[in-house]
Amino acid sequence: MSADGSAGTLAAHPGRDRPAYSARERYGGWVDEPGLLGALATIDHKRVGVRFITTAFGFFVLGGLLAGLMRLQLSRPDSTLIGPDLYNQLFTVHGTTMMFVFAVPIMQAMGVYFVPLMVGARDIAFPRMIAYAYWVYLFGGAMLFVALALNIGPDAGWFSYTPLAGPQYGVGKRSDFWAQLITFTEVSGLLVAVSVITTIFKLRAPGMTLNRMPLFVWALLITSFMIVFALPSVMMASTALILDRLVGTHFYNQAEGGDALLWQHLFWFFGHPEVYFIFLPGLGFVSTIVGTFSRRPVFGYVAVVLSMIATGFLSFGLWVHHMFATNVPELGKSFFTAASMVIAIPTATQIFCWIATLWTGRIVLKTPLLFVLGFFFILVLGGLTGIMLAAVPLDLQIHDTFFVVAHLHYVLIGGGVFPLFGAFYYWFPKVTGRMLNETLGRWNFWLFFIGFNVAFFPMHILGLQGMPRRVYTYAAESGWGTLNLISSLGAVLIVVSVLLFVINVVRSRRRGTAAGPDPWGASTLEWATSSPPPPGNFHPQLAVNGREPLWEPDGVSGRVDGLTNDPPEVLVTTLLDASPHHRRAVPAPTIWPLLAAIATTVMFVSSIFTPWAVVWGSIPIAIALIAWFWPTREEAAKHRKRELPA
Amino acid sequence: MTGFAGRRGGHRRRTTRRIALTPVVFPMAAIAAPLQDALQPAGPQAGHIHALWLLMLGVCALVFVAVVAALLVALRHAPRGDVATAADTQALTRDESTVRRSVGAAIAVSVALLLLLFGATVVTDRALAQLPLTDAVHIRLTGHQWWWEATYDDPEPANVFATANELHVPVGRPVVLSLEASDVIHSFWVPNLHGKKDLIPGRTATIAFRADAPGVYRGQCAEFCGYQHAKMALLVIAESPQQYDQWLARSRASALPPPDATAQRGQQVFLRSTCAMCHAVGGTPANGKHAPDLTHVASRQTLAAGALRNEPAALAAWIIDPQQIKPGANMPAHALAPADLLALVAYLGTLQ
Repeated sequence: MSADGSAGTLAAHPGRDRPAYSARERYGGWVDEPGLLGALATIDHKRVGVRFITTAFGFFVLGGLLAGLMRLQLSRPDSTLIGPDLYNQLFTVHGTTMMFVFAVPIMQAMGVYFVPLMVGARDIAFPRMIAYAYWVYLFGGAMLFVALALNIGPDAGWFSYTPLAGPQYGVGKRSDFWAQLITFTEVSGLLVAVSVITTIFKLRAPGMTLNRMPLFVWALLITSFMIVFALPSVMMASTALILDRLVGTHFYNQAEGGDALLWQHLFWFFGHPEVYFIFLPGLGFVSTIVGTFSRRPVFGYVAVVLSMIATGFLSFGLWVHHMFATNVPELGKSFFTAASMVIAIPTATQIFCWIATLWTGRIVLKTPLLFVLGFFFILVLGGLTGIMLAAVPLDLQIHDTFFVVAHLHYVLIGGGVFPLFGAFYYWFPKVTGRMLNETLGRWNFWLFFIGFNVAFFPMHILGLQGMPRRVYTYAAESGWGTLNLISSLGAVLIVVSVLLFVINVVRSRRRGTAAGPDPWGASTLEWATSSPPPPGNFHPQLAVNGREPLWEPDGVSGRVDGLTNDPPEVLVTTLLDASPHHRRAVPAPTIWPLLAAIATTVMFVSSIFTPWAVVWGSIPIAIALIAWFWPTREEAAKHRKRELPA
Repeated sequence: MTGFAGRRGGHRRRTTRRIALTPVVFPMAAIAAPLQDALQPAGPQAGHIHALWLLMLGVCALVFVAVVAALLVALRHAPRGDVATAADTQALTRDESTVRRSVGAAIAVSVALLLLLFGATVVTDRALAQLPLTDAVHIRLTGHQWWWEATYDDPEPANVFATANELHVPVGRPVVLSLEASDVIHSFWVPNLHGKKDLIPGRTATIAFRADAPGVYRGQCAEFCGYQHAKMALLVIAESPQQYDQWLARSRASALPPPDATAQRGQQVFLRSTCAMCHAVGGTPANGKHAPDLTHVASRQTLAAGALRNEPAALAAWIIDPQQIKPGANMPAHALAPADLLALVAYLGTLQ
C-alpha cells in the first residue's frame, strides 16, 4: 500500500470517471445481492443505518402520538376521555419509547451511518453485529407497541419504580414487557457502542490522529463509552426485577431483606448518564453545523472535546438528584447538588465556544443552522432550570411536578431533537443525494420552535402551582385548566411541524434539488465521497493531513492503494496516530444476523411467560450463531489466497 | 370554572382563612379551592425555599437573557456568507486571544454565579434543618393506594387516634410527620408548607414543617403510585391553637351513638354489610384497618382522598359505585337497597 501524497484525489471521484461499469464490477464484494433476500442480509452500515434512523424516527412519531393523546386528555379538567388505566400505559410507553426506543437508538444510528464516513473508513467495525443489533432493536420496539395495542402495555412509568412494578403491585405481564424491552435495547445499544468505539479507534483514515477527529466523532466516542459503562447497571436492575417477578427472588422486597430504594440507585446510575447519551451526540451535531455554517473551524476544539469528556465523567456522579425526596443522607445530597451544578460548566463552555464561532464566522443561515439557533434558546433555558433542580431545597418543591416535565423536554428536545432535526437537514443530501426543501424546512423549524415553547413553557408554572406529574386528570378547582389548554394547543403545532418534515422528506427524496457530493462546502470526509456514498464508501481510501481535511489546502494528503474490493477490505490503523497497520477483510452479507435476532426475540419474549424459555430459547440462538460464524468454502479459499506471500 | 376565580390570589387567601375559622362544612360552591401553590408560602420551610427560588429565578433569568443577547449580537455582528464562501482556515493557526479571553471571562462568570447559587442552596438547606422542634405535634402518616392514614401520637395511649386524608395542625407550632408506606412508594407534598418527602415501604422518613398562617392547604401524592395517583389528595387545615385543641378533643372521643332511628338503621347496615371489614368507627365493633377510619368522617371536607366533596349525595354515589368515581380504587361497589343506602348515609353524616 502507498500514500502518494497527491492533492488531486478528490477529482478522481467514483461515479464520475467510469460510468460504463456495473456496480458489481466497480465495487466488487461491497455490493449486496439484489432483491428481498439481499435487503434482509445486508450488512452495509449505510443501509442498516438508514433503516435504523427511519425506524427510530417511526417510533418518535408513535411516541409523539401517545403524547398527543395525553395532551388531549389533560387539555381540560375532569376529563373522562381516557381513564387511568390507559393513561398510565400511555405515559409509560411514551417515556419508554422516547428514551429507549427513539432517542438513544437514533443517536447511535446516526453514528452507524456517519461515523465510518466521517473517519474515512470503508466500513464500520463488526458490520454483521450492527445488522443483528438493528433487528433486535426493531423487534424489541415492535414488542412494546404490540403489548400496548393489546392493552397489556407497561404502566408503571418509564422508570418502573419498585414495588409498583414488582410482583405484588405490578400484576399481569405489563412490567415484564417493560423489563424485556430494556433487555432488547441493552443488547442492541451495547453492540452498537462497541462497534462505534472500534470503528473510531481502529478504522480512521491514515493521518486522522485523535486530535484531528471531527467533533461529532468525539461526541459519539464518548457517548459509546458511557453506554458501555452505564447500561450494565440497568441490565442488572431489570434482570433483578424480572427475577423478582418471574422466579420469586426478593431483590426489591423490603420484607425479605431486599430494598425498594436499591432499584432507584441502579436505575438512575444508568438513567442520568442516559440523558447525556442523547445530549452529547446533539452537541456533536451542533458543533458540526456551527462550524460548516459559520465557514470556519469551531472555536476551541480542545476545550469542546475536553468539555464533552468532562460531561461524560460527571454524568455518572449526579444520579441521586433524582432521589432528593427520598431519605438518603442530607450531607450526601449536597455532593450531588455540587456535581449537578458543576456539569453546567462544560456545557456552558461549549455554548460560549459556539457563540464565539458564530461571532467570528461568516454565517450561512440555512435550516440546519436555524435548528441549532433554536437549540441555543431552548437548551439554555432547560439547562438553567436544571440548575434549579440541582438545589436540594428547590428540588423538593418542583421534583415530580410539571416543572420537571417542562425541564426534561427543554433539555431533551432542545439538546437532542432540535440538533437532530438540524442534522437531518444537514445530512439528508449526503444520504439521498437530494436537498430537503428549504421553505418547508423553515416552516418546520418555526412551527416546531413556537409550538414547543407554547406546549412546554406553561408547564413550569403548572409545576410551581402544584400540579404533579403522571396524573391522568385534575379537578377544575385546581385552576390548572387554562395553562393545560394552552399547552395542548402548542402540541398541535408540533404535530403539524413534524408532519411538514415528513412531507418534506417524502417529496425531496424523489424531487429535491440534486445535491452533489458537497452541497454545504463542509470540511469533513463524508463530503469527499459521492451522495449517496457508493458501497464501500471511499474508492480509493483517503489519507488526511489536518483537522478540517476538505478545507485545508493539503487536508486530504493522499490515497491508499492496495485495498481490494473482492473480498472487501478495510484499512486498520493505529489508535492514536492512525498510521496504517494492516488490511482486514470484511465479512460477507448474510441472513444469519436476522435469524439470530429472531431466535433472540423468541427467547426474550417467551421468557416473559416462563423462565424455562431462557433454557430452551438459547438453543436456536446457539444454532443461529454457529451458522453465522461458520466459514464458507469460498471465504476460506479467499483467506488462503490472501495469506499467500505477495 | 370556579378554578379561574380561585386563581385570584388575594381574594382566595381571604376566603380560605374564613373557612378555617368556621368549623362547619361549607357547601363547596361557596368556598374557593384550597391553596396548592409553591409560590405562596405559608410557613418558614416553604418560605426559605421560596426565597431560594426567587434568587435562582433572578440569576437564571439574567444568564438566559445574557446568553440569548450574546447569540443575537453574534448573529448581527457576523457577516453573511454562503456555502461557496471560502472557509476561514486561518482560524486554526491565528491567534484568537481576544475571543479566548471573552470565552474565559464568560466561563469565569458562570463559575462565580454557580458558586453563589451553591452557597445559597447550602444556606437554605441549613435553614430548613434548623426549624425549632420544641413542643412539636407528632403525626404518623402512612401512604396507602390511594389514601392517607394519619395517626396522631400522644404519650398517653388512650389519646392516640387515627384519621384520614385530612390533617389538622395548630398555627405556629412545628409538626413532625413520620412517613411510612404500606404498599408502594408515595410522596407527601403540601407545597404551601414544604417540599416533598417520599414514603417508602420499609423505611421511615420524617419531615418537619410549621404553618404560620391559618388556612386550608392542599397537597397530593407526588410519586406515581398506580391507577389513582391523580386522586390521592390530602388537606392540611391550619387553625388557631384553641380550635386545634377543640378538634383534638373531638377527634379523640369515640363516635356518639346514633341519635335517631334512621341513623340506627344506618349503623346496622354499616356493621352487617362489608363496610366494617375494612373501616373502623370508634365505639362500635367496626374495627377494620384496611381503609380510612370513619369515626369522625362527617367532620372531614372531602371523601375518597379529595376525589369528592363531603356531601350526602356524593357519599351515596361513592358507596354504590366507587369505580365510577375513582377507577381502580380498592373499595368495592355495594348494591344496597335505597332505604339502606339512605340510612347508611344518614348514619355516616352523624359521625361528626
